[in-house]
Amino acid sequence: MTAVVEMHDITKVYGQGEAEVRAVDGISLTVEPGEYVAIMGASGSGKSTVMNIIGALDVATSGTYKIDGVDIGDLDDDALSLVRNRRIGFIFQAFNLIPRMSAASNVELPLMYRGVRRSERRRRALDALAKVGLADRSHHQPNELSGGQQQRVAVARALAMDPSLMLADEPTGNLDSRSTADVLDLLDEIHSEGKTIVIITHEDDVAERAGRVVTLRDGKVESDVLAAAR
Amino acid sequence: MIFIEALRSGWQAILANRLRSILTTLGIMIGVAAVIILVAFGQGASNSVTSSIQSLGSNLLYVTPENPNRDGEIVNPSVQELTVDDAIALNDPVRAPDIAGAAPERRTAVTCTSEDRSHSTQIVGTWPSFFSINNSPVSAGAYFSNADELSARRITVIGSTVAESLFPESDPLGRQIACNGVPFTVVGVQAEKGGAFANPDDVVIAPLSAVENSITGYGEVSAISVQASSSETTDDAEEQAIAILDERHGTTEGTRDFEVFNQASLLDTANTALGIFTALLGAVGAISLLVGGIGITNIMLVSVTERTREIGIRKAIGASRRFILLQFLLEATVLSLFGATAGLGLALLVAQIEIAGISPSVVPVSVVGAYVISVAIGLFFGSYPAKRAASLRPIEALRHE
Repeated sequence: MTAVVEMHDITKVYGQGEAEVRAVDGISLTVEPGEYVAIMGASGSGKSTVMNIIGALDVATSGTYKIDGVDIGDLDDDALSLVRNRRIGFIFQAFNLIPRMSAASNVELPLMYRGVRRSERRRRALDALAKVGLADRSHHQPNELSGGQQQRVAVARALAMDPSLMLADEPTGNLDSRSTADVLDLLDEIHSEGKTIVIITHEDDVAERAGRVVTLRDGKVESDVLAAAR
Repeated sequence: MIFIEALRSGWQAILANRLRSILTTLGIMIGVAAVIILVAFGQGASNSVTSSIQSLGSNLLYVTPENPNRDGEIVNPSVQELTVDDAIALNDPVRAPDIAGAAPERRTAVTCTSEDRSHSTQIVGTWPSFFSINNSPVSAGAYFSNADELSARRITVIGSTVAESLFPESDPLGRQIACNGVPFTVVGVQAEKGGAFANPDDVVIAPLSAVENSITGYGEVSAISVQASSSETTDDAEEQAIAILDERHGTTEGTRDFEVFNQASLLDTANTALGIFTALLGAVGAISLLVGGIGITNIMLVSVTERTREIGIRKAIGASRRFILLQFLLEATVLSLFGATAGLGLALLVAQIEIAGISPSVVPVSVVGAYVISVAIGLFFGSYPAKRAASLRPIEALRHE
């Protein structure tokens, strides 16, 4: 089976000469389908950069990166958009819903960019909202929802795309403990249905949910531990 | 497909910022309204001048005596005035095939009175052909005839201004008026002509022989009006008239003691001048349209900055550059189209108002033009902000607060 994420000797360098910063320094990482991986690290460890590269939001300075076996190293801006649209479901720390658009419209948006018909995407959006327990909030705008609810809408948006990879960047960073539990339970449920999940976090209790924990330090992989071994 | 979706996204953005959208639209609205209204006023002025010139007779030539002089020095001391015989000579179908008719006019200021009213006006002694030459039908009564001219009957056709002044509440036909004490019977009232220059309705027209007999005495005439056979032949008719009169007066170009005034060339000159006038007005309107367009750029740039994060989100979840570009372009175009429509509505309203005697006439080309230009403005002034939005990098846009 093709690995969902296949990074080989990835580096990311910012600046030049004296000011050169190696945010990521030779990371190789493979995530197989159905895995639930947490990437941990203190701030400055390079985990945000890794997240941007995994999410195809940014391209590496050197090394190869394949999503579902597709090398994205030399894709242009529009092709990267397409890869993100087809293969990656993002869940951001700041929710990143579009203001003044209903929850259902927000969930529909990636499907619209994919060219799915209106009636079809409305149906899929409502299904996804029902799955995260917000069927009755489909007409609410983000500012009418609590933080936990907004993050669940974001999860629904990622789910509706049926992506190869759910990529969550500190998804509970802005949430209280109850909402945190809700969202993490939701991710557990999604994982149990066979989805591949990569979660970036600095909190141990969040990482505990994952089957595998990758710890970064100074742009390198410090440890890569399976839960069974813990 | 992508077009409709981008249009829908743009439309959502317009609705999300209603006040700002309305203010932006206002700029375009004023610009479009200014173009349409100013051009309509130019056209209205042009129409009014053209119609008043045409009411004088579009194939009319007007011959007046003119002292030839160079720098104040009289070149030809033996000036001959225009005479009735000159008018007879111009009515020669062999030498002047393009002249349909010529009538001498003897004009002088008179005071005419009815039983209880008095009115200062101008009397014109002329031939019956004057009416057809000058395109002057009567609205009531009849013209005088050649027989009336031969017998010097004191009858008159009066202009509508004179009729209103002397007979405000009664029918002037068959009534007596006295001009400088000489009685005339009113047989007809000239149809109202209207006009931008001298009032052609403030006149009393009578047989030349009667006017000469009783008021002015015999001698030179004030002018000869000449009708060309058609508006295309006015230039030929002008040449023929000049040739005949030159021969009779023994004059050449430098010593000519008369002047031929060509109505058609006046119309051309007036139309050219008014065309420039209209173009200038349109240009003033176009400047405000340009300002409106810059307003769109401004607002779209603000909108791009304000929505940087939103654009980042859209790109992160898969919007292509093309989609973002299209969304912002369509947003700008929709704004300017709404402005154009509102501006058209405003212009059509204002065009109902008559200002300084000019009723504006909306030119269809200016309406179509205003629409085409506002779409162009949307595309042109929207393209820079749209490109900026489309080329935002998603990670940087997402970091934007």
